[in-house]
Amino acid sequence: MFALFESFRSALESIRAHGFRSLLTSLGIIIGVTSVIAVVSIVQGLSYTINAQFAGLGGNSLTIRSYTPFKKQIQGRLAKLRDSDMQVISRRIDGISDITPVLFTQTGSQGAISYRSQVSFSRVIGIGPSYLDVNSVYPQQGRFFTTDDDERRRLVCAVGVDVIEDLEIPGDPIGKYFRVGNEWCKIVGVIEERGELLGFSQDNFVLLPYGTAKRIMGASRDLDIQIQLLVDDMNRQDEVKDRVRRVLRQEHGLKSGEPDDFKVQTAEQLTESFNTVINMVTAVSAGIVGISLLVGGIGIMNIMLVSVTERTREIGILKALGATRQDILLQFLIEALALTMIGGLVGVAIGYGLGALVAALLPGFPAAHVPLWAVMLSFGFCAAVGIIFGIVPAAKAAQLNPIDALRYE
Amino acid sequence: MQTGEKESPVIQFQNVYRTYEMGDQVLNALDGVNVDISRNEYVAIVGASGSGKSTMMNIIGCLDRITRGDYLLNGTNVGDMSEAELAKARNREIGFVFQSFNLLSRASALKNVMQPLVYRGIPRAERKRLASEALGNVGLGDRLDSRPNQMSGGQRQRVAIARALIGNPAILLADEPTGNLDSKTSQEIMALIDQLHQKGQTIIMVTHEPDIAAHCDRIISLTDGKVESDTRQQKVAG
Repeated sequence: MFALFESFRSALESIRAHGFRSLLTSLGIIIGVTSVIAVVSIVQGLSYTINAQFAGLGGNSLTIRSYTPFKKQIQGRLAKLRDSDMQVISRRIDGISDITPVLFTQTGSQGAISYRSQVSFSRVIGIGPSYLDVNSVYPQQGRFFTTDDDERRRLVCAVGVDVIEDLEIPGDPIGKYFRVGNEWCKIVGVIEERGELLGFSQDNFVLLPYGTAKRIMGASRDLDIQIQLLVDDMNRQDEVKDRVRRVLRQEHGLKSGEPDDFKVQTAEQLTESFNTVINMVTAVSAGIVGISLLVGGIGIMNIMLVSVTERTREIGILKALGATRQDILLQFLIEALALTMIGGLVGVAIGYGLGALVAALLPGFPAAHVPLWAVMLSFGFCAAVGIIFGIVPAAKAAQLNPIDALRYE
Repeated sequence: MQTGEKESPVIQFQNVYRTYEMGDQVLNALDGVNVDISRNEYVAIVGASGSGKSTMMNIIGCLDRITRGDYLLNGTNVGDMSEAELAKARNREIGFVFQSFNLLSRASALKNVMQPLVYRGIPRAERKRLASEALGNVGLGDRLDSRPNQMSGGQRQRVAIARALIGNPAILLADEPTGNLDSKTSQEIMALIDQLHQKGQTIIMVTHEPDIAAHCDRIISLTDGKVESDTRQQKVAG
């Protein structure tokens, strides 16, 4: 322990004595760690934010959407979810608190909205009253729809803040009318702002009562909806999911062996596909960094070998003064280790700064987030590089014959 | 001095050979050397270049191993020692003073003198105290933080002597200690070494200068790896 401590102290002294060379030596490590931390901090910041957004859906929510296998798509037989499906689910399945249809009306000209001479495009969605609770969105101004609005198919809507901005609606937007497609629609509520994600606004939408949306879409058409619902007990989520599947299969008259013509997704599954991408990016960047650390390690070995040759006489003196082979080995090994660890430390600091800078400079980018595991992994890797590439020069130093070393000029 | 004769010798060379093989040629750098050196002796090993005096010095200092025979240091056979034990012997029994000083160039005088104590596991504060004391003893109490390149040759050799003595070694082993110094500084260094001897330090010195050897009580002369003469001399007082 004492020897370790002393070796560490003398290693630090030696690194300080050769300040500039030490910097150059660990530059490879610094750059490697900087890039991994920068990339990971940006990617993780992204993932952190997106996960937080999805968490708004509620961990206990299920989304059911129609799904047509490619083969059937070619045949023109599109699977659909209908109102009746939703009614069956809410009637036959226990443990569901809120259930809402979600009708996207983005097809054709329905996405176009206008106010006076301003024209814009927006996502127009028809929803049931439970949508608020399922998605945790609430009006910041005005009100949300009532069941009455839905039943009477009133032309009222709740909009995201971007809609008001894009259409340049002056003053208090509540009570103003604007055009959705070919209909005039009255604003009764403004939904609280959610900000941007990846540069895309999340506040550009028009929410209509489900009945109203159906009317706009044309009530006679066979519409395809999505169904969102909340499971009361999180632990029973899988159970509910299975029951929904069984009920829907029965409802759709699917024979055993036939694939589902719908998908039941948890909020978790929605984030999962995104996380797969995130993890891939992280893994690829980690691989690149691994290579750069390897190169950095070879650089360190190179310099350490030069350093051993250069300090041959010093090693001879230390041996004459009573240093054992282990003492010398430890000193050089710890010197290499200290170089890589300091390089790692500097790299983490610069990398975090770089990540934060990039996140700050790119509009709409979430704040950088450095997870502890990335820092630990970087240090672990640095330590491994230091030991692996330090051992050869250190062993060379330890094996020097004291007489030859003392004579070395 | 009086009791020294009766104690067992600190160094015993019994028929010591050190052989170098260079291709087909076999060279006996030491060719059957028998020498005993007792505690408190002040010995000069002299001889021409290639006489084997440096080899003898390295062997006494546990830097080199003998090929044949026995070398007993404080009664322990050095031939049986492991690498780590040799390092320990260098640390505890031997204090080296070299012709070219061999100080750690990047370290201050204080750190140079502290270094041998690192290998004894002595805590830093204690090392510092002992080292500044030792530097004070050689008249460098005010140069603790100077680096070797900021000091004169005489000062450097004083640092080396302080470093050699810090661990209270059985033997002070000096290899041409005045070889790189001018004559005035040489005399100062020899006066310091004489003083150490008077305090009871066992000193073995390798030199080829007769007037340096004249400081010693005993002169061992080597020729071609053999002891040519081993004479005790009465030093002129003063």
